[in-house]
Amino acid sequence: MAPEPPLLSMSGITKSFPGVRALDGVDLDVQAGEVHCLLGQNGAGKSTLIKVLAGAHQPGSGTIRWRGEEVTLRSPIAAMRLGIATIYQELDLVEHLSVAENVHLGHEPTAAGFVVRGRAARSSAAALLERLGHPEIDPARLVGDLSAAQQQIVSMARALSHDVRLIVMDEPSAALDPDEVDNLFRIVGDLTADGVAVVYISHRLEEIRRIGDRVTVLKDGRAVAGGLPAKSTPTREVVALMTGRNVEYVFPERPAAPPDGVPVLTVEGLSRRGEFAPLDLQVRPGEIVGLAGLVGSGRSEILETVYGARRPDTGRVLVDGKPLRPGSVRAAVRAGLGLAPEERKAQALLMLESVTRNVSVSSMSRFARAGWIDRGAELGAARAAVRELSLRPDNPNVPVRTLSGGNQQKAVLARWLLRGCRVLLLDEPTRGVDVGARAELYAVVRRLADEGLAVLLVSSEVPEVLGLADRVLVLREGSVVHTAPARELDEHRVLDLVMEGSPAS
Amino acid sequence: MTQNVSPPRDSTPKVSPAGEPPAWRAVLFRADVRTLSLLGVLAVLIVIGGITTPDQFLDTRNLQLVLTQASVIGVVTVGMTFVIISGGIDLSVGAIVALASVWATTVATQEYGFGGILFTAVIVGLGCGLVNGVLIAYGGMVPFIATLAMLASARGLALQITDGRTQIVTVDGVLDLGERDSYVLGVPPLVLVFAAVTVIGWLVLNRTTFGRRTVAVGGNAEAARLAGIDVRRQRLYLYLLSGLCCGIAAFLLIVLAGSGQNTNGNLYELDAIAAAIIGGTLLTGGRGTIVGSVLGVLIFTTITNIFALNNLQSDVQQIAKGAIIVAAVLVQRRTASTT
Repeated sequence: MAPEPPLLSMSGITKSFPGVRALDGVDLDVQAGEVHCLLGQNGAGKSTLIKVLAGAHQPGSGTIRWRGEEVTLRSPIAAMRLGIATIYQELDLVEHLSVAENVHLGHEPTAAGFVVRGRAARSSAAALLERLGHPEIDPARLVGDLSAAQQQIVSMARALSHDVRLIVMDEPSAALDPDEVDNLFRIVGDLTADGVAVVYISHRLEEIRRIGDRVTVLKDGRAVAGGLPAKSTPTREVVALMTGRNVEYVFPERPAAPPDGVPVLTVEGLSRRGEFAPLDLQVRPGEIVGLAGLVGSGRSEILETVYGARRPDTGRVLVDGKPLRPGSVRAAVRAGLGLAPEERKAQALLMLESVTRNVSVSSMSRFARAGWIDRGAELGAARAAVRELSLRPDNPNVPVRTLSGGNQQKAVLARWLLRGCRVLLLDEPTRGVDVGARAELYAVVRRLADEGLAVLLVSSEVPEVLGLADRVLVLREGSVVHTAPARELDEHRVLDLVMEGSPAS
Repeated sequence: MTQNVSPPRDSTPKVSPAGEPPAWRAVLFRADVRTLSLLGVLAVLIVIGGITTPDQFLDTRNLQLVLTQASVIGVVTVGMTFVIISGGIDLSVGAIVALASVWATTVATQEYGFGGILFTAVIVGLGCGLVNGVLIAYGGMVPFIATLAMLASARGLALQITDGRTQIVTVDGVLDLGERDSYVLGVPPLVLVFAAVTVIGWLVLNRTTFGRRTVAVGGNAEAARLAGIDVRRQRLYLYLLSGLCCGIAAFLLIVLAGSGQNTNGNLYELDAIAAAIIGGTLLTGGRGTIVGSVLGVLIFTTITNIFALNNLQSDVQQIAKGAIIVAAVLVQRRTASTT
């Protein structure tokens, strides 16, 4: 007898957005009744993949088979008709409608084709909520009045209101308390016992171990491993696949003597509730300090708080011993801080503008008299900064959107170089930068440090932190679990620390 | 682990991003195409005007009239262009023009003569802009809502001041500005003001830090904030600027009409937004030109004039305007998507 075809089989799925290849030939097989976990870092392509599966994105190429038959998911409705439901991380509920109305949104029980039968809707919603272990949620209440966990239950009830064969859950546990997570897992168990397949996305490895059957790991738009056993694959192997050290990066030499000047940046007891615990750190001129941790460990939040883009709950940031006004980017910039944010396009670049204007935006007043810009001086300075960082093309008049990722990052660095900044905050400096350009970017950062800049570096790529930084702080869920000179750490040790948080003995 | 190795083991060849100078030239070319196409439309309109009503349209007096009519809405549009480039909108411009024009023509104000009228118009415009700006920049209100509220209140206040009556201007200095005697080389003073506002607007947008910040805030407010720009203060200034332009426009209208009325500036907000948009300003912010907006104003004013000369009703005018807006946006979307 021929083996039963998988419930879902995606193969060679590609999806490109302008300038990005989000999916580059992904394969995914899901069996009925299994919990299939999808792992990968931010930007690995998980969201794009599940949107293709939900019919929200159309793949560029590749085939999707459903119970062995090739299908095209033209729209979310088409996916829903097959029995594919998706529970997004950003819950897609209508806050001003009731629980029952949300559950039946788009397929309300009706009389005469258009009159909504409110009582029938409420009672069937109540039945679904009971099945999900939450009979206390009143179907007549407005969704906006519910807690995040309850809203998630409603979202799940909506998925189950269809005849569902496969449920995709995007980080369902992110907003939940531990006992709510237990309930979630019980629901997942019930569903799979009924033969429903669950595609489960999470960053928390311990959850995947608890409920997962198989794991597919995505990296840079590719499935680097498919169908690994979820319970027995070593953590190390999973992490190595996620961070993917398929290339040995080249890092610049560290200076012979570690920097020992007076710290230019001092962070004292800085914290934000729910994001990261009180943090102390110092960075000296010429020093690169790295923060290593996975997504969700609070790395970006720390940098943005140091930079004043987020207001801290406690603690303060000092530059040259002088405290900065909390929550003020302008104060930080004036004191000599510069941020190269994680989302370059969304947070740093003016995509419609030229390189010159992107580089000069933080120091315009230097080229201006009474607000009048001396464009010759501006262009000259931009050109010099562009040359110094060997940004290509070296014509600063080109639009910044035509540059490659690495050169866009250099444009951001050039901005702070031109400003004469003294502390550089780098958030995932090589995200979206191709391998060949990385070594060059590393060399640039090291050279800037050698010239006296203090650098605070955040990266989820452990080798990058270890290779580039002088000193490393290892983060796990918002707390520093270990601090050591980079020379004394190796990748496995750091991975153990960030994944398991084992005591640093 | 060996990470700090010196010889590059994996030196992939550097791929230079394709076509750099052409990309730059394309930007220049496209800007030119947009301006040229607007000029082309204007030229076609002039030809149409010249053919359908040759004696009237090309008459000097008519051309002076067209430009004078364009001046009031044109000054408003320059301010509106800045606001839209910054990603905002100002629905209150027409109402501010009305309020400024009636406040500046009350009996009490007119006692202060020319200076009193001009000063009051400008101050009322700035005051309304200040309220808009504070509500939007520091009160966190959506520009659409804040300026919609200003539209309603300013119109109401204008009605309250005039009680619906037309306030005749009796100050000779003001009235003289509208007379033929004060034309400079055949150009009405109002048109000179419009020209000056246009030139200053162009310079501010393209040559000053203020203009750069405006574009940066509209192009990517978060990036502007993280680059150290005071986004909120910039927004405040922009609504002040729009208010200032409304004040100036109100003064021009007083000169033109010889009176102040609470119905002045009716639907200016829509004309100004439409002119900016057909001029190539992105409603989402980040891109726009003063030249394009001014050409947009001239196109609209010329259409109105040609229709009036041909005794076509205003309903037909409105339909034509709507069609032009749609056509302009479709054309621009096509040029934008070919990059």
